Amino acid sequence: MAKPQIISAAKAAQLVKDGDTLLIGSFLAIGCPQQLIDALVTSGQKNLHVVCISPDYDDRGIGKLLFNKQVKSLQTSWHGFSKASQAGFHDGSIKIEFNPQGGLLERVRAAGAGLGGILSPVGLGTPVEKERETIMVDSKKWILEKPIHGDVSLINAKKADKMGNLVYSKSARNCNPIMATAGKIVIAQVDEIVEIGEIDPEHIVTPGVFIDYLVLSE
Amino acid sequence: MLDKNEIQHIIARRIAKEINDGDVVNLGVGIPTFVPIYLPKNIHVITHSENGILGFGPAPKKGEEHPDLTNAGGGFITEVKGTSYFDSALSFSIIRGGHLDLTVLGALQVDQEGNIANWMIPGKFVPGIGGAMDLCAGAKKIIAAMTHTDKDGGPKILKKCTLPLTGPNCVDLIVTEMAVIEVTPKGLVVKEVASWTNIEDVKKLTEADLIIPSKIGSFC
Repeated sequence: MAKPQIISAAKAAQLVKDGDTLLIGSFLAIGCPQQLIDALVTSGQKNLHVVCISPDYDDRGIGKLLFNKQVKSLQTSWHGFSKASQAGFHDGSIKIEFNPQGGLLERVRAAGAGLGGILSPVGLGTPVEKERETIMVDSKKWILEKPIHGDVSLINAKKADKMGNLVYSKSARNCNPIMATAGKIVIAQVDEIVEIGEIDPEHIVTPGVFIDYLVLSE
Repeated sequence: MLDKNEIQHIIARRIAKEINDGDVVNLGVGIPTFVPIYLPKNIHVITHSENGILGFGPAPKKGEEHPDLTNAGGGFITEVKGTSYFDSALSFSIIRGGHLDLTVLGALQVDQEGNIANWMIPGKFVPGIGGAMDLCAGAKKIIAAMTHTDKDGGPKILKKCTLPLTGPNCVDLIVTEMAVIEVTPKGLVVKEVASWTNIEDVKKLTEADLIIPSKIGSFC
């Protein structure tokens, strides 16, 4: 396995193309790969499809991409703090699919785990059921949550070693380990890069095999 | 008339009585966030947050916030003895897998079948689903914490919800500033009425059919 390349945020942004599907870790801007987002705002890719549990805020987190009108569609769970997302939803300029939060994460996890989908009870008897296939198993009804693959995953972690093994910080872990599993290209923004062997193997949360590029936070 | 703050605290104080020692609980935003204030000191509750935390402590003092430590509403919290962190997918496994004893959710409407609507008003208010549907599908016990009526004084406890549902047939207990109402297979049973009001007013301000036992408790 090749070790992840260590690159700048600006270089990382160039790996994203117009129209790409981005899987982004963040939970209301906590644990957000902010420098990668900021670099994308500078480089200006358009028509992005973003998958995240929330587009955070207009001026913080993933929401900066929406505020800068770089996002054409969103698969998310909740956008109560993003005025740009709400405005885009109302005027139709951003196509938004709302998912139950746990269901959205399972869809990404399914993609990363090589599964054809997940059978979930969440959303039965609600408008979500009408938008999904349902499947009967042993006379019980389930919603089929289909996998969501990404072109590029943008994630944040506290520390990496040079193999890309990652550890996280407190609730900044949130969606990052899941988003790390399902992108064709996975870029991790980290606060610290250490030598191989310096992280206790018992403490590693995301193994380096998932990580293609490391960007050191400034 | 009660003000908004009094209403929130009456509801939160009453809900605290429903929580038992050792319970794993998820408290939603709004009124549910006041519940911990009223928990007796001798019980240990394991708080759960969707972003990936079990067993966290209260909000930190000003200036002691950790930038990587918030609850699912974005509010700063603290690490205490026994706190654990994990990814958000595992957090929802805890909910769906039946490992969460209790959740307290705000509600726009509930009805006599235990349906709850709290995630959208079509065309007006569409913040999204968040973790609410997962909680409705997975938590062992669901308490709806809500004002008895809407801003215009109209009933929120209905025969049938008119807003899009968050979860069907899932609410166990409704706690408002006026009453404690249990959802049973036979319908809504009034368990307690707040001492500042009376059962006649509760009936007047409730659209749903209410089952009124001969003995009703009091709270406030």
